[in-house]
Amino acid sequence: MKIKFLTIYAVGFMIFLYLPVLFLPIFSFNDSAIVAFPLKGFTLQWYENLANEPGMHQALINSLKVGIATSVISTILGICGARAVTRYEFFAKKSITSFVMLPLVLPEILVAISMLVVLLQLGFSLSLISVALGHILMCVPFSMAILISSFEGFDQSLEEASMDLGEGPLMTFFRVTLPVVAPGIVSSLLITFTISLDEFIVAFFLSGTEPTLPIFIWGQLRFIAKLPNILALGSLMLLASFILLCAAEYFRRRAQRRTGTEDSVI
Amino acid sequence: MRGFALMSPTFFYALLLLAVPVAVTITFSFWTQTYLDLDTTFTLANYQEVWSKPIYRVLMFRSLTIAAIVTAVTVILAYPLAYYISFHVKERQALWIFLITIPFWTSYLLRIFAWKLILGYNGVINSTLMELGIIGEPLEFILHNANAVVMTLSHAWLPFAILPIFVSLQKIDRSLLEAANDLGDGPVMRFLRVTLPLSLPGVIAASLIVFIPTIGDYVTPRLVGGSDGLMIANMIQVQFGKANNWPLGAALAMTSMLLVTAVSVAFILVARFLGGRVR
Repeated sequence: MKIKFLTIYAVGFMIFLYLPVLFLPIFSFNDSAIVAFPLKGFTLQWYENLANEPGMHQALINSLKVGIATSVISTILGICGARAVTRYEFFAKKSITSFVMLPLVLPEILVAISMLVVLLQLGFSLSLISVALGHILMCVPFSMAILISSFEGFDQSLEEASMDLGEGPLMTFFRVTLPVVAPGIVSSLLITFTISLDEFIVAFFLSGTEPTLPIFIWGQLRFIAKLPNILALGSLMLLASFILLCAAEYFRRRAQRRTGTEDSVI
Repeated sequence: MRGFALMSPTFFYALLLLAVPVAVTITFSFWTQTYLDLDTTFTLANYQEVWSKPIYRVLMFRSLTIAAIVTAVTVILAYPLAYYISFHVKERQALWIFLITIPFWTSYLLRIFAWKLILGYNGVINSTLMELGIIGEPLEFILHNANAVVMTLSHAWLPFAILPIFVSLQKIDRSLLEAANDLGDGPVMRFLRVTLPLSLPGVIAASLIVFIPTIGDYVTPRLVGGSDGLMIANMIQVQFGKANNWPLGAALAMTSMLLVTAVSVAFILVARFLGGRVR
């Protein structure tokens, strides 16, 4: 009886979790400029409108630039951190690790205003670079978390064998370690890219005159006539995130199979 | 030493882009904005203003209240699901966890925007109810108030709150539950005396990762909160934007962080105390 109740609860929970976001794609195909039931008819007009929106194209390019820079750099920093944590003991290991993971729990506005204050005090102007710097800071904890779990099961005797067979540390890393942990790295790249693509608060404070996609959407929210276009753009962004996340999950599971830590769920 | 060397790029990045900026912002909060320039003589004037003006007190109190309610709602709704996945889902646990976390990774702005569509004057709820003839004109009380903020934020944080609770439930040694059964505890007592206390670290972690960032949210109040739903972060954003009084904004941010920390520490102590008393 108790199990039944929990099952119903779980299903209801999932519906509640997904339903609000599903209204975006539903109304993005609705042949009416007003978001209201009943639906009027099917149209692709709002998607076609996006093609003639130069501001959006620029925002998309900006987002891609920031996203790629963020995912590559935060994953490299994540690799260093995760490897240090899983492989070595060092001074104040626990405090240093917690400190690096801190952005996970800090309010984003604090990160954003602090970076804003420092960047402008130092005389830098705001640009896509400042957005990327902020996104990297926020993404490193996620990258570390993913990579630590994929490095943890790594069998060190493989590396020792490679060293015994005469490879140096660098070649050992590229020829032995990297291939084994590669799926975890791909997963980290995809997740951090997704976070950067969708991130709003830090980009809001640090983007200056070059908007990323969420900032572009924010600007358009003021114009009621643009609402259906935003629905179309938002639906495409949700779809992109969904695909990226599924790919990341696929690689994360492959990473766990390779290192033999199959049963860990998170 | 090699470990530290390997850690150092990550560590110094966080040091340079997090610790140093926060320290500078704290310094800023003791300065004064004089029109376009900064007066760098040390002063507590910003903090005096923050603590004495009623508007800041109202916003601060409201933010803490909203964050506390959001935390309670989120944890209470998340717990049964985490319990379900941990105890009743035999296969495909990973799939459940993945499905729950997807919404968390998708755009935060779009999720709030979706709620605006649902709760709006001509939104999904109002238009449906009017179509069905249940109401004659749109309900106005569902958008632009604190309830809408609580609703939207709770929905946004649900996925994140489940993870720590789930992890702590997974760690519970199942033989303890059998032992409780054998010693005569029914399902309810077993839950209250074994499962709940042992999952307390997860509940505390979930509460904190919801409570702390919620204080810093200004987008949800802006989009669905109306003037009664504005929070302290909106004021911080105004000081860094239109009002252009960064030192005051910094003082507001630091004060709210201080309050959040104080509340969090108090919460941890109380939760541990209560958790220690069951048994």
